[in-house]
Amino acid sequence: MKVLVLLIPLLPLATFALTGLLGRRWLRERSHLPSVASVAVSWLLSMYVFYRIETGETFSWQVYSWIVSGRFHVDIGILVDELTAVMLMVVSTIGLMVHVYSIGYMKGDGGYYRFFAYLNLFMFSMFMLVLADNYLMLYVFWEAVGLCSYLLISFWYHRKSAADAGMKAFLVNRVGDFGFGLGVMLIFVTLGTLSFTGVFGAAESGALGGGVLSAVCLLLFTGAVGKSAQFPLHVWLPDAMEGPTPVSSLIHAATMVNAGVYMVARSSPVFSQSETAMIVVAVIGGFTAIFAASIALVQNDIKKVLAYSTVSQLGYMFMALGVGAWTAGIFHLVAHGFFKGLLFLCSGAVIHALADEQDMRRMGGLKNKMKITYWTFVVGALAISGFPGLAGFFSKDAVLGGAFRGGYWYLWLVGIVAAFMTAFYMFRLIFMTFHGEYRGDPEVYGHAHEAPPSMTVPLVILAVPSAIIGALLGLPPENGHIDRLLEPVFEFAVAGEHHVFGGLDAGLMALSALVGIGGILLAWLFYVRRPGLPRLAGERSGFLYPLLLNKYWMDEIYFALIVNPLRRLSDWLWRGFDVAGIDGVVNGTARLFRGIGAGLRPIQKGEVHAYLLNMTLGLGLLALVLILLWT
Amino acid sequence: MYSFQEQIGFPLLTVLIFLPSLGGLAMLLMRGRPRWYKTTATVTAAAAFALSLLMVVRFDRYTAEMQFVEKVPWIERLGIYYHLGVDGISVLLILLTTLLTLIVMPASWNYVKERELQFFTMFLFLETGILGVFCARDLLLFYIFWEVMLIPMYFIIGIWGGPRRVYAAVKFFLFTLAGSLLMLVGIVTVAYAARVGVFGTPVFDMDVLEHTVFSLDVQFWAFLAFFIAFAVKVPMWPVHTWLPDAHVEAPTAGSVILAGLLLKVGGYGIIRLCLPLFPDAAVTFAPYIIVLSLVAILYGALVSLAQKDLKKLVAYSSVSHMGFVTAGIFAFTIIGIEGAIMVMFSHGLLTGALFLLVGFLYQRLHTREIAAMGGLASPFPVAAALLLFFTLGSLGLPGLSGFVGEFLSLLGVFSYNKAMGAVAAVGSMLAAVYLLWMYRRVMFVGPADERWRRLPDFSLREVGCLAPLALLAVWAGVYPNTFLNLIGPPSARLADKLAPYVAEHGGLLHDVFASLGGM
Repeated sequence: MKVLVLLIPLLPLATFALTGLLGRRWLRERSHLPSVASVAVSWLLSMYVFYRIETGETFSWQVYSWIVSGRFHVDIGILVDELTAVMLMVVSTIGLMVHVYSIGYMKGDGGYYRFFAYLNLFMFSMFMLVLADNYLMLYVFWEAVGLCSYLLISFWYHRKSAADAGMKAFLVNRVGDFGFGLGVMLIFVTLGTLSFTGVFGAAESGALGGGVLSAVCLLLFTGAVGKSAQFPLHVWLPDAMEGPTPVSSLIHAATMVNAGVYMVARSSPVFSQSETAMIVVAVIGGFTAIFAASIALVQNDIKKVLAYSTVSQLGYMFMALGVGAWTAGIFHLVAHGFFKGLLFLCSGAVIHALADEQDMRRMGGLKNKMKITYWTFVVGALAISGFPGLAGFFSKDAVLGGAFRGGYWYLWLVGIVAAFMTAFYMFRLIFMTFHGEYRGDPEVYGHAHEAPPSMTVPLVILAVPSAIIGALLGLPPENGHIDRLLEPVFEFAVAGEHHVFGGLDAGLMALSALVGIGGILLAWLFYVRRPGLPRLAGERSGFLYPLLLNKYWMDEIYFALIVNPLRRLSDWLWRGFDVAGIDGVVNGTARLFRGIGAGLRPIQKGEVHAYLLNMTLGLGLLALVLILLWT
Repeated sequence: MYSFQEQIGFPLLTVLIFLPSLGGLAMLLMRGRPRWYKTTATVTAAAAFALSLLMVVRFDRYTAEMQFVEKVPWIERLGIYYHLGVDGISVLLILLTTLLTLIVMPASWNYVKERELQFFTMFLFLETGILGVFCARDLLLFYIFWEVMLIPMYFIIGIWGGPRRVYAAVKFFLFTLAGSLLMLVGIVTVAYAARVGVFGTPVFDMDVLEHTVFSLDVQFWAFLAFFIAFAVKVPMWPVHTWLPDAHVEAPTAGSVILAGLLLKVGGYGIIRLCLPLFPDAAVTFAPYIIVLSLVAILYGALVSLAQKDLKKLVAYSSVSHMGFVTAGIFAFTIIGIEGAIMVMFSHGLLTGALFLLVGFLYQRLHTREIAAMGGLASPFPVAAALLLFFTLGSLGLPGLSGFVGEFLSLLGVFSYNKAMGAVAAVGSMLAAVYLLWMYRRVMFVGPADERWRRLPDFSLREVGCLAPLALLAVWAGVYPNTFLNLIGPPSARLADKLAPYVAEHGGLLHDVFASLGGM
């Protein structure tokens, strides 16, 4: 079993090295073969692990001692429990689908080998991230997935926008990781260990408690805010759409961005001990959910809509964790992983068909040209909108129900409003893209075609879990498969008796279903029935429309407050302080001595009588001083 | 203490130290035969590297004792001995020295046009000086090697440097000379303060000095004298301004040795002399030194951000990185000290490699102006991959050597004082800013300039120079215990020695002058 688990990350690592070293000259257009094969095996193994975990086993062991220094000791260790198994399942399934899809999507790209090498490196890092058994390892692979994200966002590095977006993603994440790193150090300084079991044991026994515990949670959460693109560090994710669409699907929707959610859920024994931390997580999540959804309402770039949607849905997950509905948070993570991964891949098929067009204002009428893409897209959109019976319906309801029952009615309200927005913007996207008349270049429309099977097959396969995984895992509500599966993980965090699904819950469920359907209908009214309405609404809304369209000017604010002052400061430190200041003093001293030397030179020009005079004068002066001091 | 007789049977350290110089002298007989003397230089450096590997094999890594010790009376009346010995810290830095010297030989194969023979001999003489510093167990011997190291570097910058080489060489010389004169004063002070009775023999033996308890005023002044000498070398803020000029003007190989090794003797000196000899003074000064280190970390990073010249950017980044060394050392814990040494080792690998990369690129582009570059990843995919690798290592990406040292050093500072740890962590965040911003401007956003599109990518020779550094960076990142084991016992011994002094002096921002008042 140990070997099998280790092979899950190591196979992609091996093919990363292989493809990275041999791809450019030797593998070339065959570069996908080793990559896809290794991920396929990893998927099989992950499924096997999931199956074994289902039977109630968990595994953990130390692979080797990584850093030993004084009393500091951190292992490379593996922990496989129910939560890990769920994450492995999601990561490997979507990973495999995206690998297959990329064969078609990236065909003919000059960096084909590079793309698959990076994807494999990502799979390795992401697998290790969820397998890690201590905080430092988590941090390490947290940074590693960030690196892969950077490489893949900047994949088309010639484009300034792509190069900038990659850098922005890395740097914004570093801000979050700054907090994460301090949190890790604070844990070690306080407890002398970084292993999950050690830290959780300390939190449960009270050895880690009070203000320090809250500080640890908030610092760790800072990292999660960065990685999972929560307000105010969400700004990198929309820009990350510069990367190839399979990347957006895998990394920036279904897996990596979930790492923050995973980290908080993994740390549930710690977080649940701090009311402050919990409320911060819940409020940041809830606020981000509605904040990002409002931006998604008016975006015209098909991938930007999905990106803000991802930010918003991640907000839901944090809200769930923060109100103590731990399982609901992970449930939504799983469901969202499938349907958002699907939605991105669908959008990729559209972009592929329209010669890299991403602006929905130049789309429309693709329904009949791309039947498979259309219908799978609709399944995904219905799922995220919470249409009864589909994945999002159960998972989102679990989140909202958790908030309501936890007494956070205001978060519930925020969630309901955001759910309405979600349904609206998703179907706005569907209608603008597939319905009505085509609005772009007719020649492009003429060439538009359904994607090749390597792309459509993954779409169809992913549509299945997007539709049914909610019912599969979430029924019956509050006591579904996932609740039972994850119970041991959140055992300590969820103290108290089990909630029984009742009439109130059924009412809430019906209400959220209605809200979703309402959003869809409104989108239909705006974009199918009365196409003049959006423009009218935009004009009547006054300040609101530009505010949303410009994403609340967050980027501009950051530039004015941080980026530009930093650049001015660094420039001044260099030219003003280093060169003019310190070196000015150094060179000034040199000049001073040279000046003194030049001044003294005339008295030593080798004329004996001048020396004699100087000597006499000097002796006289000395005598004078001595006489003065004597008396 | 293990003498060389029982460990290996021949005076390994002496052979190791003087072998490069002998090779250098032999080369002088090969005037006019470039292939001969270049091969000789490379073979000599390779032999020194092999010897240092042999030393590692025979080295006992479970003790903090000095090993391969050689001790011969030299000027007995003054208590001066020819005394050599190494512990794990020295061994690690010796390995780095012989490796980097070996690498710069092929790296400079076609680099200089004039006085090529002297160019290669200079590096071998330099190696003798550096190895001597890492092995010396007698203060005067230490000082002599210290000065031996200075002179070849002065010529390397002054003869084979860029347009402003004379200014840079003189600046380098004066800064370092000012430091070493202070050190000489410190050495004499210590040697005379340690003698027994007024007419006793002065003591230069570090073994004895480490067990001598100096009065507080001797500690205070001697610490300052030594520390300033080392701080200039490190270099600490604000005595760092010789560094960017020296680097920009120095030839590529010179920069590699300068950044990779000459900066390390500063940190090494602090660990070897300032802490064990003057523990009270070290503890007293620690808060101020850590603050200066934090300034260096942030200041170096911010100034790097503003650089227009690629080489200058790497140079200023060294100021920032070396801040982690001094900060880690003065946290006085095993973790901090080991972290500092790992930062030194890793900085030698990564920054050495970065300077090589900059040099290799310069040979193609004939410019180092960042603004003129861009889109170079297309004509030079191999160069782009290597630059990315070392850039990531330098910004502390986990899995590579930079992370281990930086994290341990940060952890040391953090356990000393949480706010200071947080400030230092800001520095490692800024490292990502200036390095990725640099990488983006150099390699991304194209197309590359017309002139450069047809130029060849890195050759096998160039990749071969960088590959060992990359492999070691991965090794030290993935399995750092190989190196941590080596430096563990001496670091532990040092931390143990300092622990009671830290406890005694206690609190943060302890008033220097209050402690001076008592003497």
